[in-house]
Amino acid sequence: MTHQQPILDTSPKVSDEVRKTTCYMCACRCGINVHMKDGKVAYIEGNRDHPVNKGVLCAKGSAGIMQVNAPSRLRAPLKRVGPRGSGKFEEISWDEALELAVSWLKPIREDNPEKLAFFTGRDQSQSFTSFWAQNFGTCNYAAHGGFCSVNMAAGGIYTMGGAFWEFGQPDWDHTKLFMLFGVAEDHDSNPIKMGIGKIKARGARVIGVNPIRSGYNAVADDWVGITPGTDGLFILSMIHVLMKAGKIDLDYLSRYTNAPVLIDASEGPTKGLFLRDEDGKPLVIDRATGELTAFDKPGVRPDLSATYEKDGVTHRPVFHLMAERYLSDEYAPENIAEQCGIPAQRIRAIAGELARVAFDEAFELDREWTDFRGEKHSKMIGRPVAMHSMRGVSAHANGFQTCRALHVLQILLGTVEVPGGFRFKPPYPKPVEAHPTPHCKVTPNSPLDGPHLGFVQGPEHLALKEDGSPARIDKAFTWENPMSSHGLMHMVISNAHAGDPYKIDTLFMYMANMSWNSTMNPKGVMEMLTDKDENGDYVIPRIIYSDAYSSEMVAYADLILPDTTYLERHDCISLLDRPICEADAAADAIRWPVIEPDREVRGFQSVLIDLANRMGLPCFTNEDGSAKWVDYADYIVNHERKPGIGPLAGFRGENGDKKGRGEVNPDQLNRYIENGGFYVAHIPEGADYYKPWNTAYQDWAVGMGIYDSPQPYLFQLYSEPMRKFQLAAEGHGERQPPEHLRARIKETMDPMPIWYETDQTGNEGFTVNALTQRPMAMYHSWGTQNAWLRQLHGRNPLYVPTKLMREHGLQDGDWAKVTSPHGEITVPVMEMAALNDNTVWTWNAIGKRKGAWALQEDAPEATKGFLLNHLIHELLPAKGDGLRWANSDPITGQAAWFDLKVKIEKAAPPSDAESQPEFPAIKSPVGTGPQDLAWKVGK
Amino acid sequence: MHPAPSVIIFTTLSGLGFGLLVFLGLGFPAVSGWMAFAFFAIAYALAVGGLMASTFHLGHPERAWKAFIQWKTSWLSREGWCAVLALIIMGLYAIGLVFLDQNWSLLGWIGALFSLATVFTTSMIYTQLKTIPRWNMNLTPAMFLSFSLAGGALLAGQTSVAIPLLLISALVQMLYWRKGDQAFACSGTDLGTATGLGVRGSVRAFEPPHTGTNYLLREFVHVVGRKHAEKLRVISFVLAFVLPVLLLVLPFNHFFALLAVASHLAGVATSRWLFFAQAEHVVGLYYGKR
Amino acid sequence: MTQLPQSTDRKMGLVIDLDTCVGCHACVISCKGWNTENYGAPLSDQDAYGGNPSGTFLNRVHSYEVQPAEGHAQLIHFPKSCLHCEDAPCVTVCPTGASYKRVEDGIVLVNESDCIGCGLCAWSCPYGARELDQAEGVMKKCTLCVDRIYNENLPEVDRVPSCVRTCPAGARHFGDLGDPDSDVSKLVADRGGVDLMPEMGTKPVNKYLPPRPKDTVEDQIDILAPLLAPVAEEPKGFLSWLDKTLEKL
Repeated sequence: MTHQQPILDTSPKVSDEVRKTTCYMCACRCGINVHMKDGKVAYIEGNRDHPVNKGVLCAKGSAGIMQVNAPSRLRAPLKRVGPRGSGKFEEISWDEALELAVSWLKPIREDNPEKLAFFTGRDQSQSFTSFWAQNFGTCNYAAHGGFCSVNMAAGGIYTMGGAFWEFGQPDWDHTKLFMLFGVAEDHDSNPIKMGIGKIKARGARVIGVNPIRSGYNAVADDWVGITPGTDGLFILSMIHVLMKAGKIDLDYLSRYTNAPVLIDASEGPTKGLFLRDEDGKPLVIDRATGELTAFDKPGVRPDLSATYEKDGVTHRPVFHLMAERYLSDEYAPENIAEQCGIPAQRIRAIAGELARVAFDEAFELDREWTDFRGEKHSKMIGRPVAMHSMRGVSAHANGFQTCRALHVLQILLGTVEVPGGFRFKPPYPKPVEAHPTPHCKVTPNSPLDGPHLGFVQGPEHLALKEDGSPARIDKAFTWENPMSSHGLMHMVISNAHAGDPYKIDTLFMYMANMSWNSTMNPKGVMEMLTDKDENGDYVIPRIIYSDAYSSEMVAYADLILPDTTYLERHDCISLLDRPICEADAAADAIRWPVIEPDREVRGFQSVLIDLANRMGLPCFTNEDGSAKWVDYADYIVNHERKPGIGPLAGFRGENGDKKGRGEVNPDQLNRYIENGGFYVAHIPEGADYYKPWNTAYQDWAVGMGIYDSPQPYLFQLYSEPMRKFQLAAEGHGERQPPEHLRARIKETMDPMPIWYETDQTGNEGFTVNALTQRPMAMYHSWGTQNAWLRQLHGRNPLYVPTKLMREHGLQDGDWAKVTSPHGEITVPVMEMAALNDNTVWTWNAIGKRKGAWALQEDAPEATKGFLLNHLIHELLPAKGDGLRWANSDPITGQAAWFDLKVKIEKAAPPSDAESQPEFPAIKSPVGTGPQDLAWKVGK
Repeated sequence: MHPAPSVIIFTTLSGLGFGLLVFLGLGFPAVSGWMAFAFFAIAYALAVGGLMASTFHLGHPERAWKAFIQWKTSWLSREGWCAVLALIIMGLYAIGLVFLDQNWSLLGWIGALFSLATVFTTSMIYTQLKTIPRWNMNLTPAMFLSFSLAGGALLAGQTSVAIPLLLISALVQMLYWRKGDQAFACSGTDLGTATGLGVRGSVRAFEPPHTGTNYLLREFVHVVGRKHAEKLRVISFVLAFVLPVLLLVLPFNHFFALLAVASHLAGVATSRWLFFAQAEHVVGLYYGKR
Repeated sequence: MTQLPQSTDRKMGLVIDLDTCVGCHACVISCKGWNTENYGAPLSDQDAYGGNPSGTFLNRVHSYEVQPAEGHAQLIHFPKSCLHCEDAPCVTVCPTGASYKRVEDGIVLVNESDCIGCGLCAWSCPYGARELDQAEGVMKKCTLCVDRIYNENLPEVDRVPSCVRTCPAGARHFGDLGDPDSDVSKLVADRGGVDLMPEMGTKPVNKYLPPRPKDTVEDQIDILAPLLAPVAEEPKGFLSWLDKTLEKL
């Protein structure tokens, strides 16, 4: 009998139309093809032409369809009718909502704009939201970087003019050894997965340094299960080993870093600063002539070793100071092995492997280039070691210095901006000096005196009032955390509630789940948001919140401005902001409404424009008083930050043929849509490496509008701005820190990377490290309630290492009480062997509040899921000095999530078998989702 | 395996029903007229009732007729054919006995054969599954057949045959449990072979693919406590075999006979519950469960 | 139909690289998306927003910990879908012929209009590759995206299963495992690809590439060898080494 089988149509129609836009299921900003059937979203896949994801797409991206139909979508503006936190609202019209907002905001602007605190969470339009805030005139604006990864960003920018993620990427095509520090599944997730796949296919190796062997660490060839918070010590020890063995790139150090820059050794207010010439250029000794000279003079070969004698004082180069510090036995592997939890042999072996690959496997690319001193190079030397790190290293109170140490390690090996190493993506590299400094001068009825956020270069840039008190509600850029470049969103509610440094009137937030998983101490925050004063008024008088979904934060606002989903809106992922460039290209992208909203919701940025127009904010208004832009799309196309430079770099000029700089093109959005929703401008060959020093790159960047003039600079192994703060702490200069901070500033603001143990006050008896990470299918996602994704991770156990399981007599499914100096939770446990022996962890942000996100109240997220946040406080335990110290990095104010120490003990299952603490359900303003789903759009 | 009531009812009742049909087909007891009607009615009620029950677990019972197509490879399809043929042939045979006072004994013999074949094919549906080592044994058909015949003899009032058949069934049951308890371990399948990772070290299931449950876990993973199972085995054994045999050796009494049948039925049903509930599908390994 | 073909023209299947899979679940959801919208009935979800959500998925990513005799425990992510076995028991047990293996490419499919939802094919599958959809009452399984891989409405480069197209790490490879010269066959040969549960005799077409050896850096680097030999013990000695070395630059 012949084999019979049904006849199949193997070429069914896939869709009526493909609309290409940008994903927003997380922060990665991949290009997506949205397949439409009958005007509805049928299927989402990655866009093969897109520079970020090149066709691939993660679980979140593919689940976007469940986000567009999510029952948790807000439907109309809401006005609170019950008490805060109850979730009782009435739907109101947009006109009513906007008039209400204006009636709150306008008097603030006329009276004292600082009374508005405007903080955005999951914001990909910060150049716009900050522009709005600046025009409103409040100094109180920031996005969420302060509790995310400011240490990484600032550590990188202060050291080498860029950091990881959107600042740069490994040279995946050439690298042979990729070393990863800490949890890094958070940012740049698809590109890193693609990169790991690519290098592994070539047989290149991956070393993972992480207490938890999950995700990328699970595929690492070697895993270093380090003790949390000791990465800096481990790195400095490898620096010790490499320097001692002479396995450092001396040529690179002398040419491209401030290792040869001379440090002023004379006592007084300039001690420790660079010797500079009359133009302010740092000075080096030219090895050819032995003369003192500016670092960037044509033909100069800076000497790493030579010193300079003047007036009986010997001024030594940075490299001398480094040798003195890092060759010390203090950093010998044997002396730090126990603290890091890594055997000394292994530390040496890894340092050796870095050296072997960087130097023994060095290679050359036949590409000519000219450096900023005018020297021509016939080749590019590749050192195929690349590193990456994100939150794991960042979220410790010693994270800034650890990030600096990590960059110094890369720089010593000569692997930054060389083939096979770590490469910047435009608009980076960009030295600290090319960034704005913070501005905080508030004038009623006027814009702020400049951008809110920036990079301080010394005490003169701190955001202090005349009396020395903090100018900003979050106390960013103060002596408590001088280099808080991203602000401190995690301190806003707590400070506003305490009226410290002052009281505010209105808290305005966008996509920031501050009453739940995006805050430390959620219970305390809920109390602060609902607390009333002696008159019975809320201590934080007014709260406006914008979100697309019924998140936990919704219940705590007085006015809700419902946002659209990402497929229903315009957005721009701008070079002015956090673009999607690659190491080989500048790129930006848009979102556009591939479907129209079916509810009374509006894109938040358009709503801000409407509010600005109603208030007549200066830069939003033409001279004749008419509005400049009707909505965000209008702004994206027609706004010019500087003449010829707008939010989008592509298709500028009347004919759409100019890139970077060019006149406004009214057809720009259509051109983006035709091009797949993005724009790419490639960096010419020969300009693609050595970017901070490469004339060809610098000229190209000027042409693109990235710089106004070439900005070559040296990598800052020694950070002069940090030294300036130390000098202040030593008593020099006009602006002086308060007495209680002097010692800490002196210690922590060391201009060369150090490692220090984070403040352990109150941790007696709490000996186990506790960490969180989000699962890859949910990282940075605002869609964990998503019907498909929640099946992957609908509850989270506490993962406990085998040793602690045995010690505490625990078995999978048992319950444990976990306590910290701040709080207590009771949660289910699960054993994990591939885990640091003294570390427990869980998936973050799985736990949900009952009633939120349109889930039924018995949802496992609400009954079994839990947040570790309940154990973490925004302040450290009281030290008895009458002061409360922030639980954050003393340099940047980065929230120190990962410094958490706990103790665990076996516990009886809670009577209702639900994770503790429990909170009462909030009333859902959108009801709950349907029982069953069988989502097929096409028939 | 999930002990679905539909399959337990099906295999228990239809096993008994077809067992009775075997005896009726062979002419034990030699009945005719209304007496025959009563016997056949009981047999058909059990066999057909069981078959009906089995359709309850189908996603599309209305397409059940399609199950006859693949008799060449599918034991389920063969079971369908055997059952239908057995019922038709025995139906004709019954018409002869009940209404025409005709004993077409050849038809009876053929019907008995198909009845027995039905039980055998049912057992082979389970026996063929390598994925469930506890079923994938010769003792599985032996158990189904011996239970069916013993129950049939009991229902048919064939005390002299029923007692040895019950004793044989009891023996088969004991052997089945004993060998079954070793079956998974002896199958050579473990998480190491399931993942191909066994050569690297000991393998332990970590996070499940989804935190919630799914069809596979509901269908294939059913955990019975060891003590609970042992208790049920004793109950099942006593009810299915010990009590009926004791009742049968006592002087005949209709009430005792009825009690013996009821006890046997309850015992077999319990045994069947264990047959499913204790069967471990290898897919459970992937979930760290058996 | 329920009979397996004597042989198939090709053996299309997947090669899954356990050395590279980071466990991101991208393949799981991409599969869910494509197959909800395409071949047969949508993959439904029950109690989608409730206490016990449970849906039909054709591909799921497990994770396992392996404890070697010496050294650290390893975590391995393990995607699993239908292996399109050559001796597919799920085909032969099917009473209706709904379950069949295609003669041209070896893909195992369910013809949903013939499926009675008896579940026997799922019982017979050792890999848990088949799930009965609770809304539709028919058996669902990986189709190897039979409606993509030949689909003339898709660009040629996209004619691969959706899980392969979407996998960010490139841990999934698609091709003809019957052709010893195909890329996938070479990959299997190079990397020592293995069958799951070979003892079941199902002859799976899909292969798994085992993780490369782990935690070997200490074995590879001799820390006492010249590579890390100190150039100096003290900062002073270091600086004179520095001078000497700079001379040579």
